[in-house]
Amino acid sequence: MKDRWIFLIFLIAFLAAYFIPFQQPTVQNAIGEAFLLLQEYAREHVLLCLIPAFFIAGAISVFVSKASVIKYFGAKAKKIVSYSIASISGTILAVCSCTVLPLFAGIYTRGAGIGPATAFLYSGPAINILAIILTAKVLGYKLGLARAIGAIVFAVVIGLLMHLLFSKEEEKNREQSEFMEEEEEKETRPFWKTILYFAVMVGILVFINWGKSSPELKVWYLIYQAKWYIGAVLLAVLAWMIIRWFRKEELKEWTFSTWVFTKQIFPLLFAGVLVAGFLLGRPGHEGIIPSNWVAQLVGGNSLGANLFASVAGALMYFATLTEVPILQGLLGAGMGQGPALALLLAGPALSLPNMLVIRSIIGTKKTLVFILLVVIMATITGMIYGHFFS
Amino acid sequence: MEIRILGPGCPRCGEVEKRTINALAELNVGADVQKVTDIKKISEYKVMGTPALVINGKVKASGRIPSPKEIKKWIQEEK
Repeated sequence: MKDRWIFLIFLIAFLAAYFIPFQQPTVQNAIGEAFLLLQEYAREHVLLCLIPAFFIAGAISVFVSKASVIKYFGAKAKKIVSYSIASISGTILAVCSCTVLPLFAGIYTRGAGIGPATAFLYSGPAINILAIILTAKVLGYKLGLARAIGAIVFAVVIGLLMHLLFSKEEEKNREQSEFMEEEEEKETRPFWKTILYFAVMVGILVFINWGKSSPELKVWYLIYQAKWYIGAVLLAVLAWMIIRWFRKEELKEWTFSTWVFTKQIFPLLFAGVLVAGFLLGRPGHEGIIPSNWVAQLVGGNSLGANLFASVAGALMYFATLTEVPILQGLLGAGMGQGPALALLLAGPALSLPNMLVIRSIIGTKKTLVFILLVVIMATITGMIYGHFFS
Repeated sequence: MEIRILGPGCPRCGEVEKRTINALAELNVGADVQKVTDIKKISEYKVMGTPALVINGKVKASGRIPSPKEIKKWIQEEK
């Protein structure tokens, strides 16, 4: 680490230690909340949700052929195909948020239309499979589902709108060059096997996290009661698949990739949970920020609340998954469901630093339009969701 | 031999660099190894994702972390 940074960290740590009024009960309480929230996460989400999710992320980055997905993005491809693939491909192509921007730069400069390229740019961070799973688990299935559906719809709509607004200008400036340089990709197993393998892993994740519902919802409750059996069966199927369908070297790469993601994301999530707990407290408890401030700014479902949540989300940087504990804290402190969804849809895809990078790739005007589209749609979607579903 | 490792700085790119340097050491081959972290420059290389490994101007892998075996094979091909 550069010495400049080390010095800065020491300075901040010293100033914090010196000035923070640790003797005040509110501060002590907030610190307690931070660790209590962390414990809740450790006990309830890490083993059954995060760890399987990291394995899935590792598998995606090793076993999914990016080239075969991306060749559908070209501007000449049939619109329906390129937009649908672009909007869900975020799940497949970019589990690491740092992959999205270079990938976007790559496909944009290589001839993808501005439409599918921005659909992908938005969907990458927004439909991050880890995040959707954790959102559903921690914030509830309604919000998780709304986030997933909203993100996909947004990706398509924003892509189409960008295309409508800018495609004429595009065709004048850029040559539709040869889209992909074929890289040596040896297909080691038929596509259907890969799909089944992922389906089983996602199935395990979904079933072992099946929430308890009231006994009146027959099917749901039955599944809940059987969830460990279902999970065990799927696990056995997975073990069989692993032994029969994969070479040892591939399995090593898979576990290695899983470990890389864990190294990257786990500390950030840890820190994010502590910060969220300190600032906002666990649901039903107070952190440093008084709940009524939160309720005033983003409570209820007004236009103002949704807009504020959208804009704040767009500007703020959320490391992968950290939006979940922060939102948990905000919801517990009085944020409305609508504004919460607005933040979930605007937050992960945008942040001040990444707006600057996007600007360097597609120019200021297109970037501003993109940001505006995201914020407006997030606000409206938040209001609709808040009105009908909370 | 000119080797460029493309990536904005996340740990996966670091892993590619580490494997490349190890491979070079094991094969006892010298090369000019550099990391490219600027996104605009990365997109000039016509790659589909990072991390990416470019040897003598040819893209050998993009969007994934190649195995040590593969890296050694490519280094020997380009010698």
